[in-house]
Amino acid sequence: MLIILLGSGNGLENGVRSQFAGDAVNAIWIWPGNTSLPYAGYQPGRPISLENEIYDDLERSINGIDNLSGRKYLNWQNFVTYKGKSGNYGVLGCHPPQKVIEALTITEGRFINDIDMKEYRKVACIGFDMKMELFGDEDPIGKYINVGDIPFKVIGYYSDNGGERDVRKAWVPISTHQRVFGNPNRIDAMAMTTGEATIEEANSMGEEIRDRLSKKLHFDPADPQAVYIRNGAEMYQQFMTLFANIRFFIWIIGIGTIMAGIIGVSNIMMIVVKERTKEIGIRKAMGATAKSIVSLILQESIVITTIAGYFGLVAGVGLLEYAAGQMEGVEFFLNPEVDLRVALSATVLLIIAGSLAGLIPAIKAARIQPVVALREE
Amino acid sequence: MIKLVGINKYYEVGTHELHVLKDINLEVGSGELVSIMGSSGSGKSTLLNILGILDDYDSGEYSLDDTLIKDLSEKKAALYRNEFIGFIFQSFHLLNYKNALENVALPLYYRGIPRKERNKTALEYLEKVGLKEWAEHMPSELSGGQQQRVSIARALISNPKLILADEPTGALDSKTSESVMDLFREVNALGITVIIVTHEQSIADMTDRQILLHDGKILEKEPVHV
Repeated sequence: MLIILLGSGNGLENGVRSQFAGDAVNAIWIWPGNTSLPYAGYQPGRPISLENEIYDDLERSINGIDNLSGRKYLNWQNFVTYKGKSGNYGVLGCHPPQKVIEALTITEGRFINDIDMKEYRKVACIGFDMKMELFGDEDPIGKYINVGDIPFKVIGYYSDNGGERDVRKAWVPISTHQRVFGNPNRIDAMAMTTGEATIEEANSMGEEIRDRLSKKLHFDPADPQAVYIRNGAEMYQQFMTLFANIRFFIWIIGIGTIMAGIIGVSNIMMIVVKERTKEIGIRKAMGATAKSIVSLILQESIVITTIAGYFGLVAGVGLLEYAAGQMEGVEFFLNPEVDLRVALSATVLLIIAGSLAGLIPAIKAARIQPVVALREE
Repeated sequence: MIKLVGINKYYEVGTHELHVLKDINLEVGSGELVSIMGSSGSGKSTLLNILGILDDYDSGEYSLDDTLIKDLSEKKAALYRNEFIGFIFQSFHLLNYKNALENVALPLYYRGIPRKERNKTALEYLEKVGLKEWAEHMPSELSGGQQQRVSIARALISNPKLILADEPTGALDSKTSESVMDLFREVNALGITVIIVTHEQSIADMTDRQILLHDGKILEKEPVHV
């Protein structure tokens, strides 16, 4: 029971952790929105858009930014072909640091670099699934894929732990994206990592960015809808606190369950002692000390709880494995498992529970007077 | 060997006290074969329990082999029981889930003797009571007489100075009773003091000395030597 609870808790935690694993945890994301408050003579409802100057400005003015990347979307899905094979994928423009922000692992080749940016090269780094679907086992590097009717040279492919959506994408230099797909100068969203910054520092950076943007783009800094700033570190921290609480709660439930078990076993042992009163009397007449009687009952109790507990452990782990198989692919729930340390502490807990459960009956048994026990019925 | 001086024992029955043993004075010498007779309720089982350190008494003094047995700790009492006394009960009191050999070996277990050695000794004692072939049998597979023999072997194995038998023939027919009594005589001949509690005159007649207990008091008969 405890094992199932702990395992599921771990599964949930692993799941969310892996969601975060798709992106750097110390990241801040910025999306533009529409103003909701009037400001400096502007009416509310005005769309805010980020542009290349904003990117340069933030990079220059905000301290503590490690990696800053803009992002530009085309359509949600774009028809991409390679030698008769085709599929719908996201085609996004980005700056080179995007690799760090998305925590991409380059399998082969390379990611976008500054020269690609400067020379408006038509190159793309594609996700693993996209590579498999279009190229199969073929080496994609140096080959050309067509986005619509525009050819892009594949320079590398990557894997990402973040989920299926993240590996069905092609990243191209944002400069090329702006030139080829229209909307020069436009950046749809920005993201940055904050290095070693603490949550407080990251939060104050978020505020600093908001102030800076409000000046540059003329919106009220108190306007919640003009730009959205999401702080990854804070969210990560919140999730981790949540999990610590869930784990604590699970232990409480588990210990409650074990307590119920102790009382159950204790009751059974009471009956056993009652049934074996005569035997205990005989043993005492043969010279058994109180200590040996206590250990007799305790041993039995520990054996019962340990065997039962072991079966419980095995059944619990089995159920978890089964559940893990069934829930394959469900996001936010990954590898429900208990590690050896948890299993060991659960076992120790069981043995302690067993001896606790046997203690009262054992003491009761030791107090049995041989005369009473042996009285003829 | 055994010396009882002014032993009194009360039992609480509901609100009033029952005076079970009234000022018992008794001496039993080493190597005697004694029977304690009395009707039910005369206090003979209580007396036996006190002699066997299974029960305590309220006043008086009981010494066994020059050791005063009074207000003993559980541990001491268990030790003396193991060392000095072998018990034999009317309903045998063997452990049902252990075979004859293991039952006989039980007192040695509480002496901390290793299994191999105690099983070897137990087999010797089973041989003495003529049950060597039955060593692996469970008590339920043995007849009453055989079970009593097993329990006698168990009483003897600890090499006690005193054997206490509570109605040892109460659950046996007269023929088996006789053979069990013969066994007691043999044991006695080894120099072990044997005290048998019984209410059957025929059994008492087979002992060297009869002690009659009536209403918690001793009415001793003269030793009858056969």
